Parts: sequence; structure tokens; C-alpha cells
Amino acid sequence: MPLLEVSGLRTYFHTRNAIHRAVDGVSFTVEKGETLGIVGESGSGKSVTCYSIMGLLPQPPGRIEAGSAIFDGIDLLRCPPKVARSVRGKRIAMIFQDPMTSLNPYLRISEQLIEPLIIHEKISRSSAVRRGVEMLEAVGMNDAARRIDRYPHEFSGGMCQRVMIAMALITRPELLIADEPTTALDVTVQAQILELIRRLQRELGMAVIFITHDLGVVAGLCDRVLVMYAGRAVETAGVRAIFYQPRHPYTRALQRSIPSTQPKGAALFTIPGLPPDLSTLAAGCAFAPRCESATGLCLGQDPPLVEVAPGHASACLRVQAGEI
Amino acid sequence: MSEPILELKNLQTHFPLHRGLVFKRHTGTVKAVDGVSLAVQRGEVLGLVGESGCGKSTLARTILQLVPATTGSVVLEGRNLTAASAAEVRTSRRALQMVFQDPYGSLNPRLTVFATLAEPMLVHKICPRDEVTGRVAELMKMVGLAPRFMQKYPHEFSGGQRQRIAVARALALQPRIIIADEPVSALDVSVQAQILNLFAELVRRMNLSLIFIAHDLSVVKHISDRIAVMYLGKIVELGRAAEVIERPRHPYTRALVSAIPTPDPDAERARQRIVLAGDPPSPLNPPAGCAFHPRCAFATEKCRAAVPPLERLADGREVACVRVQEI
Repeated sequence: MPLLEVSGLRTYFHTRNAIHRAVDGVSFTVEKGETLGIVGESGSGKSVTCYSIMGLLPQPPGRIEAGSAIFDGIDLLRCPPKVARSVRGKRIAMIFQDPMTSLNPYLRISEQLIEPLIIHEKISRSSAVRRGVEMLEAVGMNDAARRIDRYPHEFSGGMCQRVMIAMALITRPELLIADEPTTALDVTVQAQILELIRRLQRELGMAVIFITHDLGVVAGLCDRVLVMYAGRAVETAGVRAIFYQPRHPYTRALQRSIPSTQPKGAALFTIPGLPPDLSTLAAGCAFAPRCESATGLCLGQDPPLVEVAPGHASACLRVQAGEI
Repeated sequence: MSEPILELKNLQTHFPLHRGLVFKRHTGTVKAVDGVSLAVQRGEVLGLVGESGCGKSTLARTILQLVPATTGSVVLEGRNLTAASAAEVRTSRRALQMVFQDPYGSLNPRLTVFATLAEPMLVHKICPRDEVTGRVAELMKMVGLAPRFMQKYPHEFSGGQRQRIAVARALALQPRIIIADEPVSALDVSVQAQILNLFAELVRRMNLSLIFIAHDLSVVKHISDRIAVMYLGKIVELGRAAEVIERPRHPYTRALVSAIPTPDPDAERARQRIVLAGDPPSPLNPPAGCAFHPRCAFATEKCRAAVPPLERLADGREVACVRVQEI
């Protein structure tokens, strides 16, 4: 049984003028201990998917229209708030893109760090602080016992992200959702943080959902990959298959537009057109208007996500028919 | 080699820090740019890389005289801008234009595309008033925008299109050199590719020089002829783009190159990564000697003693490391 099973998730934003279909029927699973990468460009719905699971969606305007997210037998989208609270922050934790703004600037690191422990575990303050110091040492902070009483502004971006990770992992969660945790960081600091996530994952045996737009990060970190476009899952497969035998035109196009995969000086491949407006999405494949392999059929029929090889699913009618 | 279009000689930009409102006390100096010497040739693309806080943006602003240089000179087509009068600097800006990182912040939301592109031409009297509309249409076509969008406002465009408007604005004065400060960092991969292609095409077609600042080494490698690597206000390595990335010599460049994730699972998992310890040091209180030595795996006593100069090696590469021949 998978650790988390999301099926048919639909999250829409209701604005005065239109319904914005941010996530439109996304299904995926996460096994114990594995790392799932969710890749897509801005607006593809990758963050909204995870916000929906974590109950962090601003409602209204957001609304979960359909679907379920079963975590260890509990449907996180439908269970009573009290049950959801017992899972969130304890068994599933999340870290965010911008470490500087996701920490509370008014509170000492110690207050924020031990809060999950105080809430979720019967533990005295002093032993919670002790666990906090241990956790800070585990994420590579020197002199943690002294620095735990500092404020967020006294730390660099990389250090704040370490504090965020320590805070997320202090309850030893089974699943960590990381929403672009290294996008705001420099490459050398990014390398440190990725190494840290890898090591802690090994030590704690937790599963990770890693949201990113950087295919390079996915290649090094993830076991399986889910590619999203316009609120839908267009391809999912093991990491090697995604990179070496991509089975969806969008995944292929995305890879061809990365400079490092192209000969120097040559013009880069570009995807013509723009991502669609999610409030006026017509029937058919959302990528069809920009796809070089699209036919009349693609414009008329919604492509389902179908397994095209063992463990490899693609939402492209032409791939499913074996044409491309 | 012909005379370079732009030459920086020992350029330094320091920001003094003060404490107290009435009785200001000098409490320190941030050496954002600390002795940079560079030359950019006509039609050349120079990539400038480094981590946040290394001074690459301050360097760009100093070249444009948006912040005053502390010492040193910026020589544009034989004219020293640091010694020039304000009026002379303004005239020189025709030749020297900038494109900024954030296309959402760098365009005036109250001006239409037409007004944005026409204003610099009218200020600098590039063409008679009645030809402006034609010029604007031409500029828009040049950057891949349809002239019929001339009367639209920035918010009606996507990020990539806005960056095209910003590029068109820089081109309006027919500059000889453009400084682009992280022009693709805020864009998605597929849009980033479009803007990179645009820059490459403009450089080729108009024989422009380009200083391309970015923190993404693969992007810089793709577009640049030469790459300069900055660390804490100084250039630590300079050489031909592909060579610097494929065979980095300075320990910092090596670490930087090894930190870039590559989109290839097998290669990515097999490679030996140099993970640097710690954060970049504060420019307020830089380490003695080589600023990189506290994070460097090869550092010795020698590195702590003196600041290593940028020296040219036999193959033309310039590296600021005293141990470069041994490691």
C-alpha cells in the first residue's frame, strides 16, 4: 500500500469573472521512503496540488472540487479537522521556497522550532529545546545550543532553510513535502541543502515530494517524476525513463530547451506560444496548441494518463497509439 | 586585437557604513567591487557569474555610473566615464544600455509599450518626432513582438514578453553595448530559451557587445564568448566560456561548476561533488588574504598571507590563486 495516494484531485479558484482550474484531475502515489519529483513551469499547479493535500489552500477563493488524498487510511481532504491536524505537521511536514519569509521574524528560532513538538507530543519544554538543539546540529548548524535563541534575521538564507528543515523534521515525519526549497538559494548553498535532504531522508527513512522547475535537481535527487502542465499530470515515470525515454511531447520539449543539453552557440529549442489560460481551457489536450506532433484528434479529446510501458504513464494520445 | 569597446581599470566601488543620525560615525566599509580590471571587445559576449552578494550587480551599476566608483576608471570607446561630467555621462548612455532582472519591476506600469520605447528616443533626439512610431514598430519586430500591441500596458503581457519590451527599450538608442543583469532568472525554462535566443541573435545581427550577468552557469556558458567569475568583489577567474566551465582552474570555480545540477540522472549520481562548507563571507569583514581561503580545500598559510593577483597563465586563462600551478 502506498504511503500517500492522491486520486482525481481537482482544485479550482473561483474568482468574480471565471473559474480557474489550477489542478484538474491529478492522481499519483508516493511509496514509503521514495522521492517523487513534481516538475512543471509556473502556473502548472504543482504547488496548489501540495497545498491542497496539506490543507493550506486559501478557501475561498480556492476550493477542492473532487478527489481524495489517502494517507495511511485517512482521507486528508475529507477527514475531520482534528484528525487532519494530528497528521499535518507531525506525520507530513512541509518546507517552502523562501526561507526568509516563512519564518516568523518576531519569534526566536527556539520558539518556532519546538512548536511542533509541544503541539504533537507530550513533552516538557526543556526536553523539547534539547531535541531542537539536536535537530539543528543534525542539519549542520555549529554552536546550535547558543544560536537556537537567535532571531531569523541573524541567519543567512541557507541557514534559515536549514532551520526550516529542522523544524519540519523535528517530529520525524513519514512524508516531507518540499516546495522549491532551493530556488531562492545560490548554487553552492543549494548543493549543501540537497545533500542535507538526501542524508536526512536516508537516516529517517522518510518519503519526499520535491516540487521544482529545475530538471537538473530532479535528475540527482528523485526516484520517480511527475510532470505537470496546465493543472494536469502529463507524464509519470522513473527518473531514468523521464530523462532517457520521455514519452510526452511536453517533457521532450522542456528538456530540449535547457541550455546545458544543447551544443554551445546553437539556437535553443523553444516551445512556441504560451501556457494556456486555465479559466478558458478548451476540450482536448492542453498542450496541443503548442505541440509539434498534435493532430486534429488531440484538439477534440481529453487525453487520459495511461500506462505506456511498465511504470511509465503518458497523457498523449499519439504516444498511446504508438505513433510517436 | 582592436581597441576594446569597454575597459575597466582597477575599478572599486565601496559603500561606507554609518551609525547614528546626528553624529555620524564611520563604522565600516563594504567593498562591493574591489579592484576589477576587464576589457570587452566589439561584438563580444562576456558572461559574469558569481553568487549573490559577490558584487556583480554593483559592478554593472558602476559601469553605467548609476553608483559612483570609489577609484579606478570605466573607459567606454576611449572616454573615461568616471571623470566625465554628468552631461557627458548622459550622452554616453546612448551607447551603453541595461536590461534588468525583473521585467515586472523594471517597466513603468503606467506607460504603454509605445511610450516606454519612444521616451528614450525623444530624450536623446534619435529621430524626428514623426518617425518615432515607425521606429517603435521596428524595435518591436526586432524583439519578436507584434507592433499592433504598441498601445498596451505592461500588465497585459507575460513575463517573457515584458522582458522583450525591456530589451527593445535598451535597443531604442542603438547602443553598442548592453549590460543584462540576470535577464532570464525570473523566467521559466521554455521562456528563458526564447530570450537567450533573442540576445544571441541581436548580438550577431547588430555586432553588439553584451555583458551577461547570471548565476546559472549553464545559461552563461551557452551565450558567452568569455566568462568572468566573481567572488567577494574580485574577479577570480577569466577565460573562454567553454574552457572555464569544462576545465575550471580556480578552486571556487571548480566548486561552482560541480554544484550545478545537470539534467542527466546517471551522470548526476556518478559525479563527485565538491560541497563547499559555510556561506560566502560578509563583504563587510572579508577574510585576510584570498577571500575564498576559509572555504577552500587547497588553502595553505600562503593563501592567508596575501591577496592573490589575477595572473595570466600560459593558455591565456587568468586565475587569482597562488596555488593554481600545484592543484
